[in-house]
Amino acid sequence: MRRVGIIGASYTKFGERFDSNMQELAWEAFNDALKEANIEKDSVDYSIVSNMGGWSSESLPAVIVSEGLGINPKGSVRVEAACASGSAAIKLAHDIIASGQADVVLALGVEKMRESPTKTIVEYIGRAGNFMWEFENFGLTFPGYYALYATAYMSKYGAKEEDLCEVAVKNHYYGSLNEKAQFTNRITLEKCMSSPYVAWPLKLYDCSPITDGAAAVLLASENFIKEHKSEAVWISGIGYATGTANLSKRDDFSGLDAARRAALQAYAKAGINPDRPASQLDLAEVHDCFTIAEVMAYEDLGFAKKGEGIKLVKEKQTYIGGLIPVNLDGGLKAKGHPIGATGESMIAELYHQLLGKVKGGRQADIKNGRALAHNVGGTGHYAYVTILSLDRSDHA
Amino acid sequence: MSDETEKLKESAEESKKKFGSPIVVDQKTSSSLWFDQRELNVRYLISINRIKKFYEELSKGKVMATKCNKCGEIYFPPQSYCNKCGSNSMSWIELSGSGELLTYTIINVKPQSFSHYPDYAIGIAKMPQGVNVLAWIDGDVRSLRVGMKVRLEVKRRDPEGYLTYWIKPE
Repeated sequence: MRRVGIIGASYTKFGERFDSNMQELAWEAFNDALKEANIEKDSVDYSIVSNMGGWSSESLPAVIVSEGLGINPKGSVRVEAACASGSAAIKLAHDIIASGQADVVLALGVEKMRESPTKTIVEYIGRAGNFMWEFENFGLTFPGYYALYATAYMSKYGAKEEDLCEVAVKNHYYGSLNEKAQFTNRITLEKCMSSPYVAWPLKLYDCSPITDGAAAVLLASENFIKEHKSEAVWISGIGYATGTANLSKRDDFSGLDAARRAALQAYAKAGINPDRPASQLDLAEVHDCFTIAEVMAYEDLGFAKKGEGIKLVKEKQTYIGGLIPVNLDGGLKAKGHPIGATGESMIAELYHQLLGKVKGGRQADIKNGRALAHNVGGTGHYAYVTILSLDRSDHA
Repeated sequence: MSDETEKLKESAEESKKKFGSPIVVDQKTSSSLWFDQRELNVRYLISINRIKKFYEELSKGKVMATKCNKCGEIYFPPQSYCNKCGSNSMSWIELSGSGELLTYTIINVKPQSFSHYPDYAIGIAKMPQGVNVLAWIDGDVRSLRVGMKVRLEVKRRDPEGYLTYWIKPE
């Protein structure tokens, strides 16, 4: 298998992007990534477009994007792994290059959620599970699925709503330093605590917003990177797993089994000690679609023991200077969560962090040269953990 | 149609009369938007043919699961085949007795198609037969606790008027 590196990555301003259509958003992300990679668009051999859709008008986003970027007739496909679609696109792009079938592959995520009204979006995401036995009869919503985890977690470990809100406070703080974030306002604990319930015990400020946006990642083979003398960040391990469609088929509601499995796989591939991964990583992007999800991620990734994720939050161990900085771009919570583009945006953020290119007072200290992205689709229905490194030979 | 969409529609109609095209302007960003002139209504036909007995028993007040005749694996929601051992020979068992509430939530912000209901509580109960059931909880939400004893109850869901099952605190 050939080594695969990232040579350029970018994401658009996230938010209610009523100013741009799907092609324009995709172009905005792609054009920046292309300039950064310093390559011509003709170098792209194949593209993978991650998009959830349903709420937006285009049924064939991959051809809309290919036409819009002017990369026809190179071949493309749309992938769906719910909120982890972007990481699925990265994994497939990686595999195509590693197996020698292409030298440069574009993973591009795009989502135009705001083409539909809020209630329609709530309807669509509520169906992100088992339609008949969860949505049709019981009207689950996406916050509702995670609220089932929050209730169980809080009951088991004595966590409080205030503890969850501290995650939102942190992510809004870093969002305020990221000009591309949907929310650039800082919030207080009281602001979060006094926000209305969306799905008890989760409140409005425990939830990531409805977002439009695009993100592009250009991946290339070892040979291409050498020939073009590109500045690259290497993929040293991708772990992946799936969980039951129906939440009632699970036994444990205090963590996501698929995420734990994906993490262990990624650690094994990247040669990271699963007993103390935080000490070998400089920072992480974790999937904080809801505040409880970030707390569970700390535990599923082994940054904290079971039940102690909340301790990391209380001790501010996931700010810069702590045990491991997490979501320095504001996370899904403040940066925004354009479902299909979230995965690529995490990778784009880590790419720039590892190269020390992040401005605005949110650059992590890079000592180990390694970073992790934890991207969950649905409620642990899909999980992808991707480890990036500055060192090409950094893999088990 | 939601109030949000209703307002946009009015504004698009006005724009068609004055300007010729259904263009609306977003208040926050001042961006111009085309108001879609084609509406899509979606309603699915979902096969329950191989688990029809579930609905027959539901009409008698029973909630049923399937059990593999070869390896004994139990499935809820009922499944017509066993993906554990590969058998297609299944029998039906009732989910009855006292279960345990594993977790719950109250849905405050509802999907469009559930917007006619007051806020509803959803729970997951572990039944003595060894499988979990997700359903609405029929009871005072203030008295709910993780770990409390619950049972299943079948009754009609209004205003749609069809039979379904509830989790009921004991």
